[in-house]
Amino acid sequence: MNWSLFWDLTVSGLTLGSVYALVALGYSMVYGILKLLNFAHGDVYMIGAFMGWFALHWLGGPINPSAAAWLVVVLMFLFAMVACGGLGVVIERFAYRPLRNAPRIAPLISALGVSFFLQNSALLLFGASFRDYDTFHLIGAKTYNVGDVFLSVPQLLTIVSAIGLMIGLTLLVARTKIGKAMRATSFDREAASMMGIDVDRVIASTFFIGSALAGAAGVMFALVFGQIYHFMGFLAGLKGFTAAVIGGIGSLPGAMLGGLLVGLAESYATGYLPQGSTFQNLYVFALLIAIIIIRPQGLLGKPDVNKV
Amino acid sequence: MADDVTQPRIGVDEWVSSVEEKRERYRGPIGWLRRGWDSSPPAARLLVFVVPAVIFPFVTSEGNLFRYGLITLLYALLGLGLNVTVGFAGLLDLGYIAFFGIGAYTYGYVASTHANHHWPAELAIPLAIAVAGLVGFIVGFPSRRLVGDYLAIVTLFFGQAFVVFVNNADRINFWPFNHTDLTGGANGLDNIDPLNVFGWKVNTTKEYYLFTLGAFLLVMILLYFVSGSRTGRAWKALREDPLAAEVMSMPVNKLKLMAFTFGAGIAGFAGAIYGSVQTGAFPGDYDIGLLITIYAIVILGGAGSLAGVIVGALIVNGVPELLRDSNQAEWVFYTVVAILVITKVRPWQKLVTVIGGTIALGFALHAIADAWFPRWTAGEANAGRLAHWVSHWMVLPSHPTQLANWAYVLTIALILVLTLLHGWWRTIVMIPTIYVGAFAWENLLVENTVGATRFLLLGALLVVLMNARPQGLFGSARVEIV
Repeated sequence: MNWSLFWDLTVSGLTLGSVYALVALGYSMVYGILKLLNFAHGDVYMIGAFMGWFALHWLGGPINPSAAAWLVVVLMFLFAMVACGGLGVVIERFAYRPLRNAPRIAPLISALGVSFFLQNSALLLFGASFRDYDTFHLIGAKTYNVGDVFLSVPQLLTIVSAIGLMIGLTLLVARTKIGKAMRATSFDREAASMMGIDVDRVIASTFFIGSALAGAAGVMFALVFGQIYHFMGFLAGLKGFTAAVIGGIGSLPGAMLGGLLVGLAESYATGYLPQGSTFQNLYVFALLIAIIIIRPQGLLGKPDVNKV
Repeated sequence: MADDVTQPRIGVDEWVSSVEEKRERYRGPIGWLRRGWDSSPPAARLLVFVVPAVIFPFVTSEGNLFRYGLITLLYALLGLGLNVTVGFAGLLDLGYIAFFGIGAYTYGYVASTHANHHWPAELAIPLAIAVAGLVGFIVGFPSRRLVGDYLAIVTLFFGQAFVVFVNNADRINFWPFNHTDLTGGANGLDNIDPLNVFGWKVNTTKEYYLFTLGAFLLVMILLYFVSGSRTGRAWKALREDPLAAEVMSMPVNKLKLMAFTFGAGIAGFAGAIYGSVQTGAFPGDYDIGLLITIYAIVILGGAGSLAGVIVGALIVNGVPELLRDSNQAEWVFYTVVAILVITKVRPWQKLVTVIGGTIALGFALHAIADAWFPRWTAGEANAGRLAHWVSHWMVLPSHPTQLANWAYVLTIALILVLTLLHGWWRTIVMIPTIYVGAFAWENLLVENTVGATRFLLLGALLVVLMNARPQGLFGSARVEIV
């Protein structure tokens, strides 16, 4: 066994996995509270990557940043997260809220429309070409190693900040008042509203947090892989969703676990399965199908009981 | 509240009263047409469509027949299949275009120089339908027990997997493919034979048009009977309430799979025809852009309505083609906006505000731009008859493309906002909406009605329809019984 290949794949799998986990969290939160698949989530992630790029260039660009590199990165994250969070709230307000009592298929079609709208707006406004983050110039190409395990700075940054965001989210949901309101709303929306919880506000803040996480994920992906384009959200959205299903949709620890598993699976498939670098997405798809057949409620999810 | 006329009378079925109410609401010539349509027999309704469709190829040019006729028919045929899955059974199938592609590739594989098979169409088309249906069955199988959402995402992923597969299936080096060239990879299959049905060689556009028309009518009539059959009624029950359907001892899983497979088969049929029309099957044709187009057709026409599919296909495919000529496009735009505003904005105070406000806003902005930013008015107006008027009202920058792109996106966003506002807010927001829309139209859309702008519009259309009229143009509104 070639251990250095294994460790390389593990590190890149964990990096990808952190990105997917953040996307999956947004899916899972929205699904948990509205029982809605937000197809537009992947495109919010794409917009996040673009917002990070714009922030980077407003701050002087990667070669000549007008502030210290770490500050630039932090500002990129902040800008992308706030912009995406706002976008998420707007989407919820105009595409989903009017349909809250409509038949189930209506908001799904609306979500499809939003996704397509965002994708093609990005194509029209930002152009069809790839954009470069030039992370090397900004952060440098230094790598750290522990034995055989090599980690580049953006990878380290991605994994650490993803863990940080997840801890923050867990604390928010478990400890704060708004987190309590979210749990109550997702448990039973009607009862929550009778208890004096402003359900509209809770849902809007869920969208804000979920979309902000997607925006952060977009910036992370771009820092590690360097290039962004208007269609990048589509596949990331699918993988994020796969991660949410594998972990158990609606469960936050499940989304994190699922994200890491999908990232690792994709990475190992690239290295070890036949023609993995071509067919990695097909292998992830096969994994999704396998999970749906064997354990439809996901690894950490509870079986769905139909209520009338 | 016994005196409230908006409430149904006590003892009267809510549904009956709502239908009565609707009948009464149609007045004038539109009401007359509507009642005539509702009461005419289905065969007569079909004639309304068939007669112009048969005459059309004999009065138009080859190019127009292809763009307006053949493509619209193919879209409509695809729409019929999607109508079974989404409209009848209420399953959100987002991998639908993959089945279309499977049909085209299957037909191409057995009837082209690629593998040197040259099957006649009467064998190749049923094979394409069967393969597409079978794959549909396999894809639908894991989702059979699950809620519609899982099906949606599994099929969406499947559509993407299909594109990856056909792009690379010429060089798979492991079992069971072992280097067989299945799909021609990124170059696709070319040299697909023209259709050869029982010795009738279909060659010209006109012949293809007539063949597709025949295929369309066949499927349409089939679906008409299926829709009223035991299975068709069961599908609709499933769509309205899966849980209730299950409690009524309907075999829900079997019905779902049937609807899914049925839709996939129709897509395969359309795919086989499309492959031979194009004399090729290329991976890029079976992408999400086409998916959204077909969804827009079905949703706009009204999910579950057969007539709606035809109207939807005519609008979604026909209107952008009509607008290619910039002179026509200008007239169409201002006429449509004027008619919409005049018929929809009540009372007259608001109407005057909208029209006056829009005109004043235009002249004011033009004057400001003229005085301080001459570059903004340096552009040329389009060479229509309205150009003289427009050039004093509209800001026409010299390099408009990027700005017009922003204006376009802004227009659609504003329209989305409009659908949710009421009262005077709506009136006030309408003014900049019309102006920004006209700006985008003058500077961008007239030249560019394909690609991103078109898809953007379709995406927004879905959102607006879901908000404003989920039943589409021809569908029947859902009866809510609480």
